[in-house]
Amino acid sequence: MEGERRASQARSSGLPAGGADGDSPGGSAPFPGSSGSSALLQAEVLDLDEDEDDLEVFSKDASLMDMNSFSPMMPTSPLSMINQIKFEDEPDLKDLFITVDEPESHVTTIETFITYRIITKTSRGEFDSSEFEVRRRYQDFLWLKGKLEEAHPTLIIPPLPEKFIVKGMVERFNDDFIETRRKALHKFLNRIADHPTLTFNEDFKIFLTAQAWELSSHKKQGPGLLSRMGQTVRAVASSMRGVKNRPEEFMEMNNFIELFSQKINLIDKISQRIYKEEREYFDEMKEYGPIHILWSASEEDLVDTLKDVASCIDRCCKATEKRMSGLSEALLPVVHEYVLYSEMLMGVMKRRDQIQAELDSKVEALTYKKTDTDLFPEEIGKLEDKVECANNALKADWERWKQNMQNDIKLAFTDMAEENIHYYEQCLATWESFLTSQTNLHLEETSEDKP
Amino acid sequence: FEMEPDCCPDWSAVARSWLTVTSASWVQMTHNNFWLKKIEISVSEAEKRTGRNAMNMQETYTAYLIETRSVEHTDGQSVLTDSLWRRYSEFELLRNYLLVYYPHIVVPPLPEKRAEFVWHKLSADNMDPDFVERRRIGLENFLLRIASHPILCRDKIFYLFLTQEGNWKETVNETGFQLKADSRLKALNATFRVKNPDKRFTDLKHYSDELQSVISHLLRVRARVADRLYGVYKVHGNYGRVFSEWSAIEKEMGDGLQSAGHHMDVYASSIDDILEDEEHYADQLKEYLFYAEALRAVCRKHELMQYDLEMAAQDLASKKQQCEELATGTVRTFSLKGMTTKLFGQETPEQREARIKVLEEQINEGEQQLKSKNLEGREFVKNAWADIERFKEQKNRDLKEALISYAVMQISMCKKGIQVWTNAKECFNKM
Repeated sequence: MEGERRASQARSSGLPAGGADGDSPGGSAPFPGSSGSSALLQAEVLDLDEDEDDLEVFSKDASLMDMNSFSPMMPTSPLSMINQIKFEDEPDLKDLFITVDEPESHVTTIETFITYRIITKTSRGEFDSSEFEVRRRYQDFLWLKGKLEEAHPTLIIPPLPEKFIVKGMVERFNDDFIETRRKALHKFLNRIADHPTLTFNEDFKIFLTAQAWELSSHKKQGPGLLSRMGQTVRAVASSMRGVKNRPEEFMEMNNFIELFSQKINLIDKISQRIYKEEREYFDEMKEYGPIHILWSASEEDLVDTLKDVASCIDRCCKATEKRMSGLSEALLPVVHEYVLYSEMLMGVMKRRDQIQAELDSKVEALTYKKTDTDLFPEEIGKLEDKVECANNALKADWERWKQNMQNDIKLAFTDMAEENIHYYEQCLATWESFLTSQTNLHLEETSEDKP
Repeated sequence: FEMEPDCCPDWSAVARSWLTVTSASWVQMTHNNFWLKKIEISVSEAEKRTGRNAMNMQETYTAYLIETRSVEHTDGQSVLTDSLWRRYSEFELLRNYLLVYYPHIVVPPLPEKRAEFVWHKLSADNMDPDFVERRRIGLENFLLRIASHPILCRDKIFYLFLTQEGNWKETVNETGFQLKADSRLKALNATFRVKNPDKRFTDLKHYSDELQSVISHLLRVRARVADRLYGVYKVHGNYGRVFSEWSAIEKEMGDGLQSAGHHMDVYASSIDDILEDEEHYADQLKEYLFYAEALRAVCRKHELMQYDLEMAAQDLASKKQQCEELATGTVRTFSLKGMTTKLFGQETPEQREARIKVLEEQINEGEQQLKSKNLEGREFVKNAWADIERFKEQKNRDLKEALISYAVMQISMCKKGIQVWTNAKECFNKM
């Protein structure tokens, strides 16, 4: 009993711990989607073979919790349960740490590509070792994403950075581009690790741990190209049929997603534009200070004043540079990630609709008794379950996603505001000290009453 | 956002002590001029007018109202004594007159005729109200500079400019000043050929060239910086609109988003006032850009006088030599007379005597002239240099003030920025 309970807690504990950075609902409230997680369990047992492993993982995981050195004490009483719940907010309970770094160029006769080093540190039992180092290229990330989408069609899979940026003529091997991509890939993997369900996905584990040749052979085992194509055709066909019975809450969700997508795209454009304008302002300011130095060469009596003005302008210039880099680190990547998320969400909605459409078409067929309908009730039962699981999975993940989004956006904009405040404070200090020195000079010159 | 009262002086008070008052100024007039009391001059209004020009074609122009007030000593009350309308071309006429009659004075420049160093938001149109407003201030400044100049303030034409609306133009033209003006060609010629100008004036010329070049450069870059700054602020305004639309679909984040958006709008619109203030700073620099030309005008006059002097001296020297040759009978220099004498025979002693007499008279005259030219030249140099020293002190004071006012503007801009972003941050925090 205790073990089971802990299992479901372990599952649902993934939600707050893995969710927003330390900003999770507290102890007493029921874990969001905790009922959903048991449904998740069931759904995945029904659907896919891989989750057999996940189930085993759970029991292992639960036992691991007992022996886990991070967990402060064995919960025996409600009070100590609450204590444990509190500790779950701390990052200590995270048991999978991933970094993406060291981009390297590889040249073969056919192509040139970049690989990234991925280091994984973990205390989970199902991993053979506690530390792994592998190299992966963008294609591998694409594969992983595809597998996750396949396995969890109605979960919100984190977005990958785009293939390449056409506008701005950024080459694939441009340093800035590679660095931006590296950061985004790092985010991608960490978001998966933080996701209560995705973190236990088998393909994810293989991605993090397998050697290059192991990965290639594993990749080949997946459903063939033709069957993948078949799925796509069905998806397109069903989306063209349209969904007649989309439940109210998903209509709302869809509306939100459409509007959100519009707004976040606009914000992305605005933010990029601000960066561009700040850069151009910086470029002009760089030229502005030195002119005052030039001028001071022909003005004996104004040399000091002019030189001081020049140095003030230069300091403000540096402050602008700092503001720009703050913007590009804190705000732009976050906004852009949510642009990609919004596209992702539309895909998720489509997939959910498609699952429902499958059920609807079978129900329709049964109603009109078109073909041999003996097997239908059983099939329909299965499909109904499938729809219910898909919907519940999405609902739970939706709440989690919204919470994350709120926190991420809030943090990003707060950072931006902070950067601007800091910028203006620095400039203010610079000019005020200039005025002070001028006033002091003036007082010395007039030299009547000294304070 | 608290600031320690002790370590942060009241900058507005500091600014007041540094900045000149631009709208009106007290002018103390000495006796021996047309003003017996303290006066206040202001260019208080500008008005669009249409009329017919010299070629009887319809034109639109702007007229400026000049008001003069005399101030009672005792209670400081001012009484409007004169009020008339003038257009820009009349100001130009006044200045051209002053340039001719006071060549040793660094005559204050007029504000620019056409808008230059324009950045994209600023209009280059002469009829644009902002341009007209800035020109109004510039014209007032011009009159105040003249009125506070110890010598120029006593000029009668200036007095009439402020007091006699009708017929003033005819009065100026009757002085015949246009005829007295040096021709540009003559001046150019002198500049190239003068041998020994006063070194101080040569240096001054170089200085004025440098001043003009560096201020032009500064104004150009400043205009570009202003353009960019405008862009940064205005783009933030877009956040306001989008946040507002987004807030409609958000339950928890909605309020924070909405109010943050409002602050973004405030931020975006704050740049208009900031840049308007900066434009006044640019105008202060522009005045000194145009002063450079006034400096060069004085240098040119010196070169002209010096060249004149050198030519007169040269002429005198050659006449003296001619005289000597005639007297002693030796011919050292080529002369047409000498050649014809050789060809057509010697002249009679009487003829030679007559020629020597004429030359001696000319030499006398020449020596007188040279003496007076020398005197004139020295007077000019003395007076011009005195005014230049006065100008230098004025320039140093004014430019320092301008730079300090620039700092004050930057401080104000920073404070506004801090306030807006602090408010925005609070809103973001509430999301």
